[in-house]
Amino acid sequence: MDLEKLRFGTDLVKRGFAKMQKGGVIMDVTNAEQAMIAEEAGAVAVMALHKVPADIRAAKGVARMADPKKIEEIMDAVTIPVMAKCRIGHIMEARALESLGVDMIDESEVLTPADPFFHIDKRKFTVPFVCGARSLGEACRRIWEGAAMIRTKGEAGTGNVIEAVRHMRLMNFAIERICKMDDSEIHEVAKNYANAYKKLAESVDISFNEKEAIYEEYTIEDIIEGIYEILKEIKKLHRLPVVNFAAGGIATPADAALMMMLGADGVFVGSGIFKSSNPPAYAKAIVEAVENWRDASIVAEASKGLGEAMKGREISELEEKLQIRGI
Amino acid sequence: MKVAVIAVQGDVEEHVDIANKALENLGIKGKAFATIKKEEVRKADAIILPGGESTTISKLIFKENIAEEIKKSANEGKPIMGTCAGGILLAKHGDEQIAKTKTKLLGLMDIWIKRNAFGRQRESFQIKLNIKKIGEFEAVFIRAPAILKVENNVEILAKLDNYIVACQQDNLLALAFHPELTNDTRIHEYFLEM
Repeated sequence: MDLEKLRFGTDLVKRGFAKMQKGGVIMDVTNAEQAMIAEEAGAVAVMALHKVPADIRAAKGVARMADPKKIEEIMDAVTIPVMAKCRIGHIMEARALESLGVDMIDESEVLTPADPFFHIDKRKFTVPFVCGARSLGEACRRIWEGAAMIRTKGEAGTGNVIEAVRHMRLMNFAIERICKMDDSEIHEVAKNYANAYKKLAESVDISFNEKEAIYEEYTIEDIIEGIYEILKEIKKLHRLPVVNFAAGGIATPADAALMMMLGADGVFVGSGIFKSSNPPAYAKAIVEAVENWRDASIVAEASKGLGEAMKGREISELEEKLQIRGI
Repeated sequence: MKVAVIAVQGDVEEHVDIANKALENLGIKGKAFATIKKEEVRKADAIILPGGESTTISKLIFKENIAEEIKKSANEGKPIMGTCAGGILLAKHGDEQIAKTKTKLLGLMDIWIKRNAFGRQRESFQIKLNIKKIGEFEAVFIRAPAILKVENNVEILAKLDNYIVACQQDNLLALAFHPELTNDTRIHEYFLEM
């Protein structure tokens, strides 16, 4: 094949991959056997992990990229795409995952962040990224950095859907507001959203010049203009310019259908499947509910006799909220 | 003209949007819409199977009996287009991945399809492709399948190296790439006039 004519890792190819996942369920798995259960149930992709979020939460300590051997076993076991998580800002974990050939990297708050200032500049990679967001500001920053897909952060490992709903509602409301604004108002919002990139420069007690790069090769002016363009596109499209999934606390078919109703393009289910009493049944039922979320009778039918859902956690009783990581 | 985009999973809205633009460009009165209802698929004048995960889409169209309606429409001579995963489902002959995952195919086209023929997402690409009857076209391949061979009744429209990436059998059109991800309506226009 004439390799020179092929263009890899373009925006169209990266965002296109995410679009192929729409209307689907992406399931967290920790081994080949679980991955096969997910594929058999109709998952559109699997997320290869060392532990599911509920176990990461229970284990405490530092959570890192999964063992590449485990990831490869999962890649060999299924024909659907395999995603894997790297720590926020951990460029080397991301490069390692890219070299393994995973189909998408989740720069995830579920793992312990590696960089206190920045996320990865995802434009520099061939592999597409998904990132969590609690708000439109976080979503815009991640998209500007090159994320091909956004997901709500929710609160992973809790089986409690309230935070995913919160983040989806916050994002939807903010998009509605943007749609009513004129260009100068939108520019102000962009300035505001860009402030997060000043954290490093402002932590150093030497004044910085606005014309100097503050993140990778970009000046604050570049960042504001980049985010401004994304916001204008959001106004035009009346939605994010990339696919937006729900994640973080989805435990039942009805939870998944609720997130679809609130406008999610699809759903990530982390602990909800393999922490339930009957993973194959939960996996199939959640796939069915996501496809048929418009028809409550099918959601009800899919929810019948599944056995125990994962044990949920009250948000106020958590020792640590993962969602505040990496904003 | 009613154009049904099968909406069980995948890039459905992209097909709806571009098919509506194609209808408008052709001056054809009609509408493209997303559906998972058997009755709506039945009444459609043309059907599109979008890109997505073929394993997922296959399970759901057979479970909900949408597959039967698509087969009936195909036999009645209505135009049906499958892009990427959709193209896989149109095929009569699958590869070892399709056998391993026990993916049911619609079996409408006399073609041999290979899933993920170019590799994983890292190996996904876009390229200016020369397509018979269409011309040069910006084609986006995402974990794309390829058609290894076809029977004599299938017309090859485009090749990439030794792989067939677009072909037509009477009223059926299978593509390995995603015209719906670009703004170029020519393939959808060609399809609607098939």
